[in-house]
Order: sequence, then C-alpha cells, then structure tokens
Amino acid sequence: MQPISVITGRIVALPVQDIDTDQIIPARYLKVTDKSGLAEGLFYAWRFDAEGKPNPDFVLNRPEAQGATILVAGRNFGCGSSREHAPWALQGYGFKAVISPAFADIFRNNALKNGLLTVQVDEDTYQQLVSLFEEDPTTEVTIDLAAQTVTLPDGRQTHFPIDPFTRHCLLHGVDQLGFLLNEEAAIAAYEAAHPARVVTTARS
Amino acid sequence: MPRTLFDKIWDAHIVRPQTAETPAVLYIDLHLIHEVTSPQAFTELRQRGLKVRRPDRTLATMDHSTPTTPRGPDGIIPVVDAQAAAQLRQLEQNCAEFGIPLFALGSEYQGIVHVIGPEQGLTQPGMTIVCGDSHTSTHGAFGALAFGIGTSEVAHVLATQCLIQSRPKTMEVRVDGRLGPGVTAKDIILAIIARYGVGAGAGHVFEYTGEAIRALSMEERMTICNMSIEGGARAGMIAPDDTTFQYIAGRPFAPKGAAWDEAVAYWRTLPTDEGAVYDRTITLDASHLIPMITYGTNPGMGMPIDGRIPTPEELPDPAARQALDKALRYMDLRPGQSLLGHKIDVVFLGSCTNSRISDLRLAASILKGRKVADGVRMMVVPGSQQVKKQAESEGLDAIFRAAGAEWREAGCSACLGMNDDKVPPGKYAVSTSNRNFEGRQGPGARTFLASPLTAVASAIEGAVADPRRYVRD
Ligand code: SF4
Repeated sequence: MQPISVITGRIVALPVQDIDTDQIIPARYLKVTDKSGLAEGLFYAWRFDAEGKPNPDFVLNRPEAQGATILVAGRNFGCGSSREHAPWALQGYGFKAVISPAFADIFRNNALKNGLLTVQVDEDTYQQLVSLFEEDPTTEVTIDLAAQTVTLPDGRQTHFPIDPFTRHCLLHGVDQLGFLLNEEAAIAAYEAAHPARVVTTARS
Repeated sequence: MPRTLFDKIWDAHIVRPQTAETPAVLYIDLHLIHEVTSPQAFTELRQRGLKVRRPDRTLATMDHSTPTTPRGPDGIIPVVDAQAAAQLRQLEQNCAEFGIPLFALGSEYQGIVHVIGPEQGLTQPGMTIVCGDSHTSTHGAFGALAFGIGTSEVAHVLATQCLIQSRPKTMEVRVDGRLGPGVTAKDIILAIIARYGVGAGAGHVFEYTGEAIRALSMEERMTICNMSIEGGARAGMIAPDDTTFQYIAGRPFAPKGAAWDEAVAYWRTLPTDEGAVYDRTITLDASHLIPMITYGTNPGMGMPIDGRIPTPEELPDPAARQALDKALRYMDLRPGQSLLGHKIDVVFLGSCTNSRISDLRLAASILKGRKVADGVRMMVVPGSQQVKKQAESEGLDAIFRAAGAEWREAGCSACLGMNDDKVPPGKYAVSTSNRNFEGRQGPGARTFLASPLTAVASAIEGAVADPRRYVRD
C-alpha cells in the first residue's frame, strides 16, 4: 500500500445520518470477483433515477461537487453490512477520506485497511464543514495523518483519533497481512497448545 | 478478578497481547466463507503465493447470490444470472484449489452461512468465529465470540488464522420479565434497537442477560444475537447453559463420548462471573412488550404494532428529525400514522434472522387452514436445505403451499435482493429479515421488519396486522 501522510482536497457534504452500506453500494453490484467497476454503483439509488439518468439534485451530481476528494457525512456512517465493496466504491469514485461524527465499526476497519481515511470529528466541526460546503463548494480542507489534525480554510484545526497501529501502517505503507505473517512462530505455538475441537474437514 | 463471558473468550485466544503500539493478535477457531466477500481475498493469497493456513478450520457455503427458484426435473437449481454463476464457480474453484470444504448449491447441507454453522454443530461455546458478513453475530447465541469482517480480513484469516484486533468494550443488555403470547424474540431485539438506536453498540460487544433471555430456545437466541449489528455492536453473546448444550448434542460436528463431557465441563466455566463488570448496561422489560414493527428505513425506526409513527416535533434532535422526514418520504408514510391495516404487497419469511425450523413451525401454526390474501405474494425461504427437508417431513411446505405461499430453495433471497427475489419498486413488504434500508429488498422496495407471526398475520389480512388475535395461549 502507498504511504499516506497529508490529504488536501475539496469537500462534498452529504448531511445524512446512518448512511448504510446498501446505500453506498447496493447488493446487485456485489457479484464482481475483483474490485473494479464499483464506482458506477456508488450511492446508485441516490445518484440515478429509475431510468438510470443522473439525478440533478443529488449533491455528487452537482457541477461544483466534481473533483471533491473528501466526503463529509452524518453520524454512524457505513452501518449495516460488512461489504468491503463500500470503501472500494468510494475510492474508485475518487474519495480519499470520509469525515463524520461517528463511523460504524466494520466500515471504519475496512476503510482503513484500504487507505481510505475515516476522520472522526465532533458534532460542531461536522456542522461547520457542512455549512462551509453549502456556502462555498470549493472549500478545501487538509487532513494531516501524522499530526491527526483536520485544518479548515480559516486555519481552525481539530484533532481526530486513530489507533496508533493503523496510523503507523498508513504512514509507512505497512502491509497488515505481512505483519501477521511475521507472527508465524507465535501462531504455531498457540496452535500447539490449543488443539482444535472442531475440524471442518472431518464431518461425521 | 471476576471476568465476563467476553473477557474469558478473548483472553483464551490471544496469540500476541495488545500493547500501547499494537493491537492484539487474536486466534480464530472457525472461519466461514461465502461467494460474495471471499473472491478478492483468494486473489490476494494467489498474488502473494500463500496457502490457506487451516482449511480444516474453514468452511464455505453458497447463499447470497444463489437463486431460490424451485429445482428443475433433473434436481438442479438453475443459475440464470451469468455474473452470479461466475461468482459461484469462482468459490468452487477456490475451495478446490485450497482444500476448503464447501456446501455447494444443490448439496444437501447448503444454506445461509449463519444457519448452517449452528445446524451442523460447528458453532460451539467459547469459540472465536468470523465470516465476511456482519450477521456473524448470530453465532454468539452459543456463547461464542463471533463477528463480521471485511474481505481484507478474510485474507488475513485465510493466510494466518488470526486477526489484528483492538479489544472492544462490553455492554450488558439485560432483558427482564417474561414474554406474553404472540410476542417473540424478534420483538425483543426490535424493541431494544428502537429504544437505544442503531449506533448504541458502536465499539461494544453485547452480552444479553436476564430472565427473558434465559427462557428463550437456541433458535430464538440466534434471532436476538443476529441483530446485534443492527444495534451497532459487532458481536452479541449469550452465556451457554443446558439449553445450549442440548441443542448442540448429536449434531454432526459436535464432540462425542469423552470429548463431549470434557467440552461441556469447559463450557460451564464460560458464563460471566459474579461481580464481573461491564463497561455499560442497558435494560428492557419484556413483560410489557407487544409485537414490534418498523416504519422507517433503518431498524431503529420501530414501534409497537399498535403505535403511531412519531411526528417530527417529538424528536428533539434535528438530525433525527431530518432522518425521519427522509425515511417517511421514501416509505410514503405520514407522521402520526398507525400502520395497522396498511395494505401490503409482499411477505418475506426467511433470512438468517428468522428462517429456522422453529420460525417455519410458528408461521405454519397460524397459516394452517388459512389463505394468503389476494394480491399478496408470500415467499417462504428456508434457511438451509436441512431446514427445508425437516419442514417437508413435517408437512409445513404443504401448509404454506395450500395457503398460496411460495415454497422456495434455501438462501438469502429477498433479504438483500441479490437474486431475482425482490420487492417491486414502491411496494410494501412485511419481512422477517433484519434490514429495512432503502432499496435493500430491491430498488424502491419498502420494508416493514417484523416477527414471523406478524408477517403471517399480515399475509392473511393483506395488511399490517397484530398477530395476537391468531395466537391462543
Ligand atoms: S440472510 Fe440476509 S442478513 Fe443473513 S447473511 Fe443472508 S443477506 Fe445477510
């Protein structure tokens, strides 16, 4: 994975709470066996009408929202299914980070494993970002992963939490599977001490 | 120090303890996989030249994108969707290449991943169980730590049988009292989510305790744990007891002979110790509960079946008001409206929440001798081939068919609308599944979540109905 340190980009606000992964990417797009082509299904039911024509009222279709790389969304973003297709679709569309007052656990996990930053901010900052976007859709913010800060155009800064291990992996492009593979000795020792009670290959 | 059920299982699976810099490395006893969230993980293994570390702790089934159309005369279930067919073929190839046992479409053990684990006796107390599916929480009903993971993590577990995990917090969900007639486990969990919200459990593992929970059968406990994720928790658990052990005994993967006695002795050590502390406790009194139904577009937008949809003025939080407004526009419903008598078009009896044999028996008990109302399509989709076979041996299929309902093959079906089993745009469905998200059951579909009893009562009346009038007890 590419190391990530600072993301500067335009925001687009979708001020809806509890956006579930079925909205982010509907189930009928999950028949793929790779990660490509998912951007087309991103927020499909909101982006397109019943005939498949872009819905001009939906924020991502507005001309001024084109090129935004940071999504600002309401709390409990990514609730629902564990589909990693959700962060893949967001990234495929061009998003590099999502800012929200709260993320669903599995979504955050999946997003960070793919280098899509989940930036949790307090309600006030969230509201400010929504207003900033509404006043000026070209608003840019800067997310600094090393410093764990989001900087607004007027210089206001807010801190966001991220667990130290994930931050380290993202900053240095560390591959988490590689980290686990390095634990081989400890895993083997654990297995030797804990024989399996259930053996799936031995159905009686 | 006294420990909770969660603490005991967590501690017993630590390969490498959590430090200030790194999360724990947690060992996984059982890894269940299905066709939708695994292909990219196998691709990663291949790209890195890795093997599946423990195929003997891994099991695959086909459920999400499989058709549930009745078999042809040749006994084969036809897969007409080319993309779904390719995905199923891919799983078959991956399992063959990496030595993973597979319950393929058409086989006698195939079914929804969270139905077959318990059914086969694979799901046992004290285990860590994961699957690339959020409703893995279902298996927690046995006193296991079971949670959903993403595809990157599916690759981690395939390659190392381990996960990198930060320790979650614990939340006791205590349900006191006894359920009244016509009120079910589904109503308990819908009431908890309606009261505490869809984000309440974030960062926590639920442990359900209390008299009402102890009194439930294993299949009812699974219904509760299943929807832990709808309350925002990644996992839900219930302490194992004699109900648990009796359910497991004799199943294909259950321990036998001396191994059984040894296992039960261990399982009895798992329940939360007296004096152990949870990070938080929430409660619900089951004795005042009546059947529940959802009116909105997330499972937290639920109410007693005789209730009225909230009005925006009743909601103090502007974001919640906005969400209600958006949901009611999607559902074409009004604030203050009652749902009783609201016309419906589809009834879906199925999903990993409510497709087990006891769900089908309960539904059939009130459908027997009655008819599904004209103009209502009722789909009955058993959770597994074994459930289907059992139901057929009891004549339940005949009851459903005689009532005018469709008796289908096992799978996820209209729960997520990946195959042709969909609710048409703008139509209303009463569903026993777990998610009423916009478009979940098909583009434009409008879903009311409820118990199997409420679903059947509504099928009979062609409108949302209170099942208590059909239940003598
Ligand atoms: S039945 Fe529904 S919720 Fe359960 S695993 Fe299948 S799609 Fe997911």
